[in-house]
Amino acid sequence: MPDIGMTEPPVLEVEDLTVRFRRRGTDVAAVNGASFTLRAGETLTILGESGSGKSVSLKALMGLLPDYAETTGKVWLNGKEILGLPAAALAKLRGGALSMIFQEPMAALDPVYTIGEQIAETIIQHDHVDRRTAMRRALDLLEQVKIPSAARRLKNFPHEMSGGMRQRAMIALALACSPAVLLADEPTTALDVTVQIQILLLLRQLQQELGMAIVFVTHDVGAAAEISDRIAVMYGGRFVESGTAREIIRTPRHPYTEGLLASTVHGGMRGTKLRTIPGTPPNLARLPPGCAFAARCRYAVDACRDGDIPVAISATGAMARCVRAVETVPA
Amino acid sequence: MSASVALDRRDRGGPAQPLLHVDHLTKYFPIRGGLLNRTIATVQAVDDVSFSVRKGETLGIVGESGCGKSTTARLLMRLVEPDAGSIVFDGDQVGSPGGISVNEMRRQMQMVFQDSYSSLNPRMTMAESIAYAPRMHGLAHKEAYDRAESLLAQVGLNPRQYARRYPHELSGGQRQRVNIARALALEPRLVILDEAVAALDKSVEAQVLNLLAELKEKFNLTYLFISHDLNVVEYMSDRVMVMYLGRVVETGPVEDIYRHPRHPYTRALFASKPTLDPDRRTTEMPLTGDPPNPINPPSGCRFRTRCAFAEAVCAEKAPALAAPLDGDFDEALPHLVACHLPEAQRATRGPHA
Repeated sequence: MPDIGMTEPPVLEVEDLTVRFRRRGTDVAAVNGASFTLRAGETLTILGESGSGKSVSLKALMGLLPDYAETTGKVWLNGKEILGLPAAALAKLRGGALSMIFQEPMAALDPVYTIGEQIAETIIQHDHVDRRTAMRRALDLLEQVKIPSAARRLKNFPHEMSGGMRQRAMIALALACSPAVLLADEPTTALDVTVQIQILLLLRQLQQELGMAIVFVTHDVGAAAEISDRIAVMYGGRFVESGTAREIIRTPRHPYTEGLLASTVHGGMRGTKLRTIPGTPPNLARLPPGCAFAARCRYAVDACRDGDIPVAISATGAMARCVRAVETVPA
Repeated sequence: MSASVALDRRDRGGPAQPLLHVDHLTKYFPIRGGLLNRTIATVQAVDDVSFSVRKGETLGIVGESGCGKSTTARLLMRLVEPDAGSIVFDGDQVGSPGGISVNEMRRQMQMVFQDSYSSLNPRMTMAESIAYAPRMHGLAHKEAYDRAESLLAQVGLNPRQYARRYPHELSGGQRQRVNIARALALEPRLVILDEAVAALDKSVEAQVLNLLAELKEKFNLTYLFISHDLNVVEYMSDRVMVMYLGRVVETGPVEDIYRHPRHPYTRALFASKPTLDPDRRTTEMPLTGDPPNPINPPSGCRFRTRCAFAEAVCAEKAPALAAPLDGDFDEALPHLVACHLPEAQRATRGPHA
């Protein structure tokens, strides 16, 4: 849903993004019409569980999906349409105006090149500077992501660094060409809690300094609460609810969001039975008509099981895709 | 606190005897290399760890990667041989004359691992996997399979639907239910849950946590609950043990540890927890850097290199796990901390204060 009352033009605009994987007789509807806009300096978190389509959405934006994926919809980056760009134009974009960080830096970094070489290579590719200039900028970047003794670390191979350090190096690599939008796919999930908070704080600080927009994908409500301006909750390949971080966490309106928050264990729940969501997530190869959550929803009525689910938008622009939310939408 | 303990017919040591008592457990893994394949370094994975688990309670072990919590579990199960230390199960020394054998101990102590898929034999159906251990321990075929089906039902999986399925035909949450059923197949008294819910989605994790609470009651179990998730450990445990680089830094009743953490590491760990409140976000890093490498841990107190309070004494000798230095000590529910410095123990009364 495009936001209402926007002042400056969005840096990223996604309309009706749809991804299907068609192969050997199966047809998996991984993303079913995701729309959002993002302004400079803003962080949108896509919150969802495994198989909700959150990571596939990011990969679709980045053009990283395999050939058998069918991606439709419209994506504008700084007003230019980028979906379905030819390979050369896409290569220029990736790591330039649009870059991405991943959950596993060990898999994302090249094991046979030093961190410095990898960052410098990206800078040379995009900005056509000489190697010395590129290396100097690589050093600046490592300092910017607060890697101690950066000059020495420049010559390290990925396996010579700790997990938190590698994650910082990958962020430095992603920032090498000052992206307008950073796509972050569960970048703190594999990290210990004391390192996770360091990375979240670093991303927040870098964003303030550089003014980039971030799309942050996570399954972790805690990480989402720490970093997001807005949160979009994804289920069965759709955004079922979106709003400010405060709205989503304090006053969720979609029953799935409510269930997800209730089943997230936090302090002060000792001695209580956890309120769980019954059943399992839907099979994306056989999505039911109507609301994908209806089979697990305790508020479900007949209208949930057929046809299009109405979208309720509150005065603040918060969205809930739920038959019942229309009844309860705050003025 | 821990539920009152119904007497178990196998209760040898009486209700007051801890179900498990571990003394000075130590494991160093050698790293070999060089021309002659000599030991060039050692990983001090578990270093002089002592604790006990009371009958009917849940002891939570919490710490970051490399702190030795999973190695501790493997040492208890004797999946890894300890270098030193003794394990006493309900008054019986494990693996020594006059005590009980490792096999007998394993019959009473079972484990659930993090990876639900690699824990199951891909060529065995669910019923075969669950019935395997009872059959190995002498139960007849029919009885073993009846038990397997009954256990499947107890963990919430319809045996008619799931008994003949293979691991790849189940979701992660369902597989972990099967692993729990299998752990219960020998009617153990102690179950070690090593990151058993870490790989599950939150909505599934909550289902499995509820199941674990239910089974504990029904089968009169004692749990050793190992996790990196501070919220889940708080929810599940009666007592908590915090580990850092192979050593125990603090242990005590869960409310006490979470409300009044005494060790600077415990406080930093809790302060690193996301707040779940967009209006009260974390603004300062509780700790910088990653935990040091357990190959060359710092001398003395292993936390001293990241500790804001560290003094000379911290480098000289390792602090013993002892009563807090301000004398605030309850003998029935001891809260112990391994820290030399009274001011470090006192500092701020924890992130919630």
